[in-house]
Amino acid sequence: MEAERRLSLRIREGDCAVLKRGDVFKAVPVLRQRKIIFEKQGFYLDNAIGHVYGTTFEVTSDGNLQPKRQVEETTTETKEAGTDNRNIVDDGKSQKLTHDDIKALKDKGIKGQEIVQQLIENSTTFRDKTEFAQDKYIKKKKKKYEAVITIVKPSTRILSTMYYAREPGKIIHLRYDTLAQMLTLGNVRAGNKMVVMETCAGLVLGAVMERMGGYGSIIQMYPGGGPVRAATSCFGFPKPFFNNLHEFPLSKVNSLLCGTLSVETLPSESEDTALTEEEMNGLVDEKQSSVQGTEEESSAETAMEINQTEEQETIDINAEDAEFKENKEKENKENVREKQRKQWERRKKLTETAALLREKNADGLLVASKFHPTPLLLSLLEFVAPSRPFVVYCQYKEPLLECYTKLRERGGVVNLKLSETWLRSYQVLPDRSHPKLTMSGGGGYLLSGITVVLDKGKSDSSNLEALKMEEPSSKRCKVQDLCC
Amino acid sequence: MSFVEYGDTIKDGDTAIVFLGHESMFPVKVQQGGVTQTKYGVIRHSTDLIGKKYGSKVTCSKGGWVFILHPTPELWTVNLPHRTQILYSTDISVITMMLELKPGSIVCESGTGSGSLSHALIRTVAPTGHLYTVEFHQQRAEKAKEEFREHGVEHLVTVTNQDVCKNGFGVSDIADAVFLDIPSPWEAIGHAKSALKAEGGRICSFSPCIEQVQRTCLAMEEYGFTEINTLEILLRVYNVRTISLQIPDLGKAAEDNSSTGFDSSNPSNQGSPGTNLQQGTVQFKSGVPLKEMVGHTGYLTFATKSLF
Repeated sequence: MEAERRLSLRIREGDCAVLKRGDVFKAVPVLRQRKIIFEKQGFYLDNAIGHVYGTTFEVTSDGNLQPKRQVEETTTETKEAGTDNRNIVDDGKSQKLTHDDIKALKDKGIKGQEIVQQLIENSTTFRDKTEFAQDKYIKKKKKKYEAVITIVKPSTRILSTMYYAREPGKIIHLRYDTLAQMLTLGNVRAGNKMVVMETCAGLVLGAVMERMGGYGSIIQMYPGGGPVRAATSCFGFPKPFFNNLHEFPLSKVNSLLCGTLSVETLPSESEDTALTEEEMNGLVDEKQSSVQGTEEESSAETAMEINQTEEQETIDINAEDAEFKENKEKENKENVREKQRKQWERRKKLTETAALLREKNADGLLVASKFHPTPLLLSLLEFVAPSRPFVVYCQYKEPLLECYTKLRERGGVVNLKLSETWLRSYQVLPDRSHPKLTMSGGGGYLLSGITVVLDKGKSDSSNLEALKMEEPSSKRCKVQDLCC
Repeated sequence: MSFVEYGDTIKDGDTAIVFLGHESMFPVKVQQGGVTQTKYGVIRHSTDLIGKKYGSKVTCSKGGWVFILHPTPELWTVNLPHRTQILYSTDISVITMMLELKPGSIVCESGTGSGSLSHALIRTVAPTGHLYTVEFHQQRAEKAKEEFREHGVEHLVTVTNQDVCKNGFGVSDIADAVFLDIPSPWEAIGHAKSALKAEGGRICSFSPCIEQVQRTCLAMEEYGFTEINTLEILLRVYNVRTISLQIPDLGKAAEDNSSTGFDSSNPSNQGSPGTNLQQGTVQFKSGVPLKEMVGHTGYLTFATKSLF
């Protein structure tokens, strides 16, 4: 166990690692002889293999990485600085080096550190700048010319920051602090049985998996042809973490709730692979109805498509598995058998997942999707045990307002809370501390609450509570009196 | 019940949360033969609580009802007896994620205070992790110990009664993360560094004042921490309300359909067809910010202990 942990500290071939330069992250697979482009620089990761995660590397001119020890601070000899900028004129001629000079320096393969030094020496105004301005100048130039890259181990912190900065659209603008709230409000921890419905490329799923550490089970509800787990795979979870990860198609939720879910209809698990692509492009409006609706259109055409893709998959796998098997006919037979086996396995897994859901004893529900939250909540909450938390994320406030109202009408929930977090970063430097110039405008909204036993047919009491909420406080006392 | 595991039914010795209504709740120690007074009347533990399902509606003696909820660190945070200022779930969430805590993590914390953050940390690192928490106030340290025992998490936490600035955390080269919520965190940065594993780890310091942050950042830099980052997180809560706004009477226009035009074209105007010409109103749902909100709890400064 300990040895394994020590081993996992090192960068290994096939790992998923995260490159970091300044505040910029990029997740990459560690492969030999594969060129990586990061922050306008191309390099190979070969040399990084075997080093410990957290190592900082310098990119050499031939595109290799060289580990860099602690940055020896070039403490500039007895600093000379001005006190203010009254005599600094922007004539555009303060830098004596031309673009071509700088390019020549770079082409010669001179270290970034030296280029920065040259820039400083050739700046006529540098010495007149205030100490603070000098600092700022150096920092800016270092950022541009000193190519140091740190390779770090992926985590929710890193991946959620990375996704929010690089591809916010793919995670429906779920800011990392909002994701942090979800995990806490949802009481996500080892041993839980969680239901997760997300269209955040698998980032929320990964965050939940990290917090559960392989203990307990997760049921991922997915729209379309299958769950998207691009971000999940960036976490590099050990295999056992996937043993208790289940998935269930959203389109079967209603039939499961009505008790009409039959194993026969299961093989066509994914009724609309075609649709997923559309969904990717955000054409989801009509899909909302299908969440509520009861239509069971496992059409033949789409089933065909699935078979095709399935075949593709099996071929790929076999090609890897059994390269040496020259006999094509045999391979074909194997393919058919493989396909049947896969289908059978899929069916079995779905039956298992359906059984897990039917127990209706999940320990929590997390929703972060591009769909309207109301129908999702009204259905998926059925699977959650009483006295368990649920959290819904939405990029917009309005759908959550409706969801709030509908949940009140339904009853079976308490402590409903609609919230949003603001995140502010600070620059902290001696005598120069202040909030950063820009902050994120929005990281989405959360609706959270706790389930309670739903007593059917007596919804008036929950209406009463709803009333309580909406009345001004002066009236609230009266309503409370009523319920005593 | 335990704070690290869900149970279905209420048992003798459990800590349960009595939920009275919007935002109004309190914790109760369930005891055979015990009674609890609420504004809706008495709850008798033996008959009303023990053996019932968590999440049940319990009818009190005066006919009013309450819900009994399973304890969670978040519910505990808003219900615990304060011995100090506490951290709330909004900050706790960010701390947990930014310290990269998960099952198996070893965490050092100081001070323990009222144990609000401690419960959340224990929840996250269970079942294989551990929390080493240091509190220099003897009575608070003992009270925290007692609570951890009552909450069934004592095996996951070690409470030490000493001054972290002088004596450190009592462990070295063991922690994945360190959290500081003390008046002079800069004096504990060195101890924090030695508590962290040789291969590195994360640190967070919580301070209400920017001057404290300033000194902490300097100390962190001095001890070779990298990725030093200060942030602040604010929670905005919204009340969901149905608002009606009256439509102003601008007098009768020459063509009298001009004033109705607005009413009928407004799509959010459902449910109130009775908007008449004289006194029309438009209804809509809104999330109204609370009249007052928490404007500042503290600055969170994070950093990484790197390899070298």
